[in-house]
Order: sequence, then C-alpha cells, then structure tokens
Amino acid sequence: MALIEIKNLKKYYTTPRGLLHAVDDVTLDIEKGKTLGVVGESGCGKSTLGKTLIRMEDSTSGSIKFNGKEITGMSQREFKPVRTQMQMIFQDPYASLDPRMSVSQLIAEPIQTYHLAKDKKELDDMVGALMDEVGLARRLVNSYPHELDGGRRQRIGIARALSLNPEFIVCDEPVSALDVSIQAQILNLLMDLQAEKNLTYMFITHDMSVVKHISDDICVMYLGQVVEKANYQELFINPMHPYAQALLSAIPVPSIHSKKERIILKGEITSPIDPKPCCRFAARCPYATDQCRETEPELKPVTGNPSHFVKCHRAEELAAAQ
Amino acid sequence: MSTEKKNLLEVRNLTVHYETDEGIVEAVNNVSFDIAPGEILGVVGETGAGKTTIALSIMGLLPKPPAHVISGSIKLDGEEFLPSLPEPEGPFDFAKKGPWKAEQKKLELRFREIRGKKVSMMFQDPMTALNPVLYVGDQIAEVIKIHENISAAEAEKRAGDMLEVVGIPRERYKEYPHQFSGGMKQRVVIAIALACHPDLIIADEPTTALDVTIQAQVLQLLRNLQKEYGTAIMLITHDFGVVAEICDRCMVIYAGEKVESGNLEHIFDKNMHPYTRGMFESLPNLEEDTDRLKPIKGLMPNPMDLPSYCSFAERCDVCEEICKSRNPELIEVEPGHEVACILVTEKLAAQNNAKEVK
Amino acid sequence: MSKITTPAMVKLSKKIEKNANVTSNTPGREALKRLRKNKTAMAGLIIILIMFIVAILAPVIAPYTYTEQDYTATMQGPSAAHIFGTDNLGRDLFSRCVYGTRYSLPIGIICTVIGLLCGGALGLCAAYFGGKVDMVIMRIIDVIQAIPSILLCIALVAILGNGMWQLIVAIAAGSIEGMTKNVRAAVFMVRSNEYVNSSKSIGVSDANIMVRHLLPNAVGMIVINAVGAVSGAILSISSLSYIGVGLVAPTPEWGAILSEGKTYMSVAPHMVLFPGLMIAITVVAFNLFGNGLRDALDPRLK
Repeated sequence: MALIEIKNLKKYYTTPRGLLHAVDDVTLDIEKGKTLGVVGESGCGKSTLGKTLIRMEDSTSGSIKFNGKEITGMSQREFKPVRTQMQMIFQDPYASLDPRMSVSQLIAEPIQTYHLAKDKKELDDMVGALMDEVGLARRLVNSYPHELDGGRRQRIGIARALSLNPEFIVCDEPVSALDVSIQAQILNLLMDLQAEKNLTYMFITHDMSVVKHISDDICVMYLGQVVEKANYQELFINPMHPYAQALLSAIPVPSIHSKKERIILKGEITSPIDPKPCCRFAARCPYATDQCRETEPELKPVTGNPSHFVKCHRAEELAAAQ
Repeated sequence: MSTEKKNLLEVRNLTVHYETDEGIVEAVNNVSFDIAPGEILGVVGETGAGKTTIALSIMGLLPKPPAHVISGSIKLDGEEFLPSLPEPEGPFDFAKKGPWKAEQKKLELRFREIRGKKVSMMFQDPMTALNPVLYVGDQIAEVIKIHENISAAEAEKRAGDMLEVVGIPRERYKEYPHQFSGGMKQRVVIAIALACHPDLIIADEPTTALDVTIQAQVLQLLRNLQKEYGTAIMLITHDFGVVAEICDRCMVIYAGEKVESGNLEHIFDKNMHPYTRGMFESLPNLEEDTDRLKPIKGLMPNPMDLPSYCSFAERCDVCEEICKSRNPELIEVEPGHEVACILVTEKLAAQNNAKEVK
Repeated sequence: MSKITTPAMVKLSKKIEKNANVTSNTPGREALKRLRKNKTAMAGLIIILIMFIVAILAPVIAPYTYTEQDYTATMQGPSAAHIFGTDNLGRDLFSRCVYGTRYSLPIGIICTVIGLLCGGALGLCAAYFGGKVDMVIMRIIDVIQAIPSILLCIALVAILGNGMWQLIVAIAAGSIEGMTKNVRAAVFMVRSNEYVNSSKSIGVSDANIMVRHLLPNAVGMIVINAVGAVSGAILSISSLSYIGVGLVAPTPEWGAILSEGKTYMSVAPHMVLFPGLMIAITVVAFNLFGNGLRDALDPRLK
C-alpha cells in the first residue's frame, strides 16, 4: 500500500477575475521510502499541491489518504497526531526562520509544541542530537539565523522538520536559494537521512538536474495538472508529453559536448484562471491538432509500460513516428 | 587572447572595497580581463564573489560611499573611466578635494553619455527593472531620445522596431509592464539595453528569475541579437549550463579574485583550478546517475578578513603546505588559459626545469 | 545591495567558527549596538534624559517656585537674576519652564501608553482575526479618523471638564486611531512571513504563534511609532493648553505659559520664545530618538 494516495485532488482559489485552478484533478501515489519529484514552471501549482497535501491549505475537493486514512475531512484535533507525521521544508531559508529565535529555540519549537521532552535537559539533548543529525556544529546552538549562511539555515529547517520523526516530508524547492557548492551538501544530507530513516519525500523543484538526482519517480506538472509521470530514468530517456520533451531539452547542460536539439516553445504558460476544457498545453504545443483544442486528454498509462503515465492525445502516435 | 585584435573593454588590476561599520569588505581584488568586440564573456561565481561589483564598476554605478575603487583601470574603447586622482583624505583635505571633485563630475557626465549608448546593463529581476507606471514602449523610446537627437515620433517608431526585434508585436507598445509575463518583461529589458546598439551589454544574471523554457527562449534571443548586431556581452551567472550555451570565453571568480579564465574548452574540459573542478563536481549530472554529489566543503572566506594566502586553501581538497605560504599568482598555462593556483604554478615550473635539464 | 550585507554575515559565521564559546548577539543586542553608534539618536536620548532629570530635580534647579511673584520686576528680559526673564506677573520664566517638564513629559508618555494599549489591542485583533472583525474595527477607526483629533480632544474636554486626567483621557483617545493602524500594519507585515507558515506546518497553536512569533517581531515597529507618538502627545497638550482647554493658569505647562505670553508678544518676546523653545526641543528630541530607533531596529528601512 502506498503511503500517500491522492485521488482527484483539486484546489481552486476565487480571484476577482475568476476561479483559479491551482491544482486540478491530481491523482498520485507515493510509495513509502521513495521520493516523488514534482517539476514544473512557476505558477504550475506544484507548491500548492505540496501545501494542500499536508493541509496547510484546505483542498477544494478530492481525497488524500495517508497510511490508508483519509485526512481531508479531519477536524483540527483529529489531524494533530497526523500532522507530526507530515512535515515540510521551505524554499527560502532566509525567510522561513524567525529572526528573533536562536538555533536551539528554533529546533526546540516543534518538540515543545507536542510536549515530547519531559524536562529542560531532555529537550537540550534532543536538540543536540538533531543538530548532529543534520550536521550543525553544536557550538552554534545559541546563534541566530542572521549569523549563519544559507546552507546552515536550511539545515535548521531540516532539523525542525525531522524533530517530530515524520514519515513524510514535503520539500518545497529546498535548494533553489542556495549556491551550487552548498546545494550539493544539502542534497546529500537529504538523501542520507532518507536512507537512514526510510523517509518519504515529495520533492518540489524547477531544477531538472536536481530532481533527476534525488527522485525515484517524477511527475511533470503543467497548469495545475500532472501531464506525465514515470520513473526518473524512463522520463529522462523517453519523455512522451511534448511539454516534458521541451522542458527536458531546454535544460542548459554544463558541458560543451552535449549538442542536443533544443525545442524552443513558443509563447508562455497561459492563465490558470477558468481554463477551457481542452488540452491546456495545446496553445504552445507544436503538435496540437483540433482534437487537442477541443477535448481534454486523460492521464493514462502508456501501452506496454503501466508505470509510465502521460496526458496527451497524440503521445503514442508521435512516439511511434519518431 | 589574440593581441592583434583591439579590445573593446580592458579592465586592469581592479580593486574595489566597501567600507562598512563592521570593517572593510574586499569585494574585488586585482581583477584584470578583456572583452573583444562581439565576444560573449561569461563571469561565473557564487553569491558574494564580487561579480556584480565588477559590473557596477564598469557602469560607473558603484554606490559611493560605501564603495571605493582602490586601484585599477577600466578602459572602454581605449578611454579611461576610472579617476586618476587620489581620493581626498577626510573632509578637510582641501588641496585634493577640488580637483578630485571636478574629475568625478567630469567622469559622471561622461558616464551618462555612454550608458545606454556604448554600454548598457540588464539587471537580474525583470519584475523590478521596469517602471510600472510607464508604457513599455515609452521606456524603450526614452533611452533612444536621451542618446540620439531625433524627434519623439521617430524615437517611438524605433522603439516599436525594437519590440519587434525581441519578438513582441508592435501593437503592445502601449501596455504596462504588469500586462507582460516574466519572459516578456525580460525581452523588454533586452530591447531597452539594445535600443541604441551599444558595443557592450552587461547582463547580470539575466535568466536566473525565469523558468527553464523561457530561459531557453531568452538565451536564444540574446545569441541571435548578438550575432546580428555584433554586440559584446559580459554575462554574469552562477550557472555553467548557461555559459556552455552561449559564451565564447569564461572567467571564474572566487572571493573577489579571478581564479581561472579561458575559452570554453579550457574551463569545461581542461580546468585546472580546484575551485572550478569542485564546482563541476558538485553539480548533479544529467547524463549519468551518481549516488552522491561531491560538494565543496566549508564556506567562502570572509571578505573582510581574507587570508594572506590562497583564499580557496581552506576548502581545497588538494591543498598542501605551500598553498598557505603566499597568494597565488595568475599564470598562463597555455595561450588564453589562465589559472591562479600555487600547485599548478609549481607543477609547471617543475616541468620546465625538467625540460631544461634534458 | 546584497553584496554588502552578505560579507557581514559570512564574517559573523566565521567569527563563530573561530571561537567556539562566543556568546551570540541577539537581534536586540545588535540593535542596541547600532543605536549607540547613531549620533543623532543618542543626542535625542540625552536630551530626553536631561529633561527627565530636570523634572525630578525641579525644586533644586529652579531658583524660585513657579508661583512666586516679584511685582518690582515684571516682563523683564533675561538677566542674571532671571535667566529666561520674567512674565507679566513677575514670575521667573526659567522656574516655570523647569516645572513645566513635570507636566509635558509624564502626560505625553502616559497618553501614549494608554493609546498604545487600547489601539494595540484593537490593531492586534483586527490583524489577527481578519475578515469581519477587521472590517468592523477598521470602519470604526475610519469614522474616528474623519474627525480631526484636536477637535475630538476639545469635544472630550468639553464633556469631561477641565483637569489633568480629563486631558490625558482626551489626548489618549485622540491617539487610538493612529495606534490601531500602526499595530495592525506591523502585525500584518510579520504575519505574511514564511516562518509563520513554517510554525503552522509544525502544528504550533495560533496563540503560541501570536506570542512567540508575531508580537516579538512586530514590537520593534510598534515601539518606533510609539516614541514618535510621544512627541505628538506633547504637542497636543501644549496646543490644548494654548487654546485654553488644557491645563490652565497658574499651572506652568509650556503651552499654558505660551498662551499667557501671547498677549505681550510684541513687548516681551521672551515670554513666548522660551516656552516655545522647550516644546520644540523636546519634540525634536523624541523625533530624533524615534528615527534612530527605527534605523537601529530595522536597518533596511533607512
């Protein structure tokens, strides 16, 4: 049984211009101990999906099952024990830590919230152990976030998320605000922690090379919908959806030898407000037909590969032609 | 670097410090480089390495105070743009103050003439680089009107042309920036930078705020325009992928110093400085699976308290005793490929000695 | 300029690396350090402190009592015996100005504190509960704001009668609308920070988020505004006394002294000059200190 089962999850926001479909009909499973990478461009709803999943935002409709239990309808009180199992790591380590709290206060906050420590000494021990775990030197215990660099701050964020021993962590662009050399340190830490504690991650990012490195499965989102989902190798070798193909080909590769064909998309992401019932990528798609502009394709498995899902009318036809 | 070609931009021994309450920040130390006409130079480095300070020095836009240009020379088309007179020492140094002020004023006026016309700058965030209460078209026309003695109608026509050049229909002239998406805004920014056909564009992280597919569009546009107009570009970025995409040459900056420079082959395939290597190794590889990344350990040194030896020594995997004895000098290991690493220098010297012995 | 701030950060983290047991500077302590370096703020603070000392030691400093009359020397200009001169009743102006500190300073501060407590509670409620509560509170505040605060004070004094406490109530009431708006804005700004979300994602209760995150981070901005409001309150006291609805003769309140002197302004300008100066110096001192405090607490706002 998958740890997380999402069915037809929708999150709409009412705006003055209409209904914004931030997350539209997303169905996903995340297996225990695995990492699901979620990629897409800004505004595609990937962050909203993560927040809705751990109920920082209430979903409009659909179901989220955690360990087989439905969590969407739970009251705050019922949800409280589940909350400790689902944590989040935030994008900006500069904004997501209260500047007036020291490192120890920041890491202690979740433990105190759930009264997990009997006394001050036990609390200090727990904070110390967490700092060791995420690779923060214990002498920094009384420092304040503004005295630390981005990498160390993000380690504090990770320690906070780990302090409640969660099973599942939503990582919302945890490395995109960091320099490359620091980014590698944090990615290694996240992978080590996963191996050690059998954690399950949902890793949200716009960086394709990062997502390939850390994920087991990857789903590509476009305008609130999952357009393709596959094993990471499968997706990189054999992308089926025209958008996924363009996305992959657009990555600037730090090498002067890979001369690959770039697919330069025309236009930009269209508005997610009151979208028409058709393929949402049709306006930018080089292969769009009348069918694409009139009916919405379904997310369905590719023939011969039941774990590879794609939401495109012409995917198989195009793949055969190539 | 071929010597027969006349360089468009020559920066020599540029040293810029910021004087803050906490101490003196050595932002740029002794950096020299050239840009030939029509060339794209990539400047790569991490946050705080001094990339933006170099760019602002060339534009004459350094905030003074706290910034002070300690030494160096910036020549654009052979014309010197750094003051030759020393700064007055304190507010009562009247002897130096008069001529210094006069020179500053003259330089500032000259800078105003060339900014936009000869050299223009593109900033990182297209969201804030445009004035939200002016039509995008008028923002382009404004630059043209300032630098070229033409009528308003003519300038408007030219601005419309520029919009089309960057792939925005002319009809959108009378729209406000908020009606444009991020990629479109960055196109407008490019149009403004290119409006007077400058010889040099300084692009400070022009695609960092954009999505991958939009980044690809903008990079392609920059490359096409560069080919068409022969504009030289100094592209500041932290992304080697972007460098590989459009640059001719590349310079790696670490803690305010140039540690390695050369053409793309030198930097990507034959890199010699441990920092450059470390940067490449810490990137997740798209082509093959790696279990663990190899991050560079530690942090960049404090620019207020740089060591008297190689500033990368503390983070370097191959650091030896000798690395902590002196500052490395920049040496040319092969034509056009410069490296500032003591170990490389030593190895080269040993090889030369061996040859002589033979 | 991120380039300037980053090195400072790097420096600090390096400093910590070097000395294992260095005690870290809390943000508050760092602000204090910045405040001490700010010359104009310190000048303001010193003037305020001097005013307080003068108020406490008034009987020692003043050569006469504030009611003592010398009919042989009325409306005299400054001299050795009366350094600020005398008024139309032969009272020593210097003594009266010195005693005046006992009225303006404490009343100004008490008014601000009362205004802050009432307005702060309203602002906090409005910002925290949002929605309808916010709507109702802010519309009421808008209505109050439509009445000029000096008119409001006059009206309140007219209802409550003359006297020190009535005056305090009137001025405090007049400052509530500004305070409510300031506190609401401050809390709103803090509330949108990601660390509030971060705590929510952990499951920290709303009350704890208010007490541990919102208030400590908003308090800086609130204090800054409050210090500025003190000078406003001092001005209001003087204005009300000047037009005769505040403290009345023979109370040596600066505004009241000024009011008495206005009749003789052409023959004895010192009678308005010195109390006017006292008001101006005090108000400027509070403003300087308030601005310095803002720079120290939030260097980005400069």
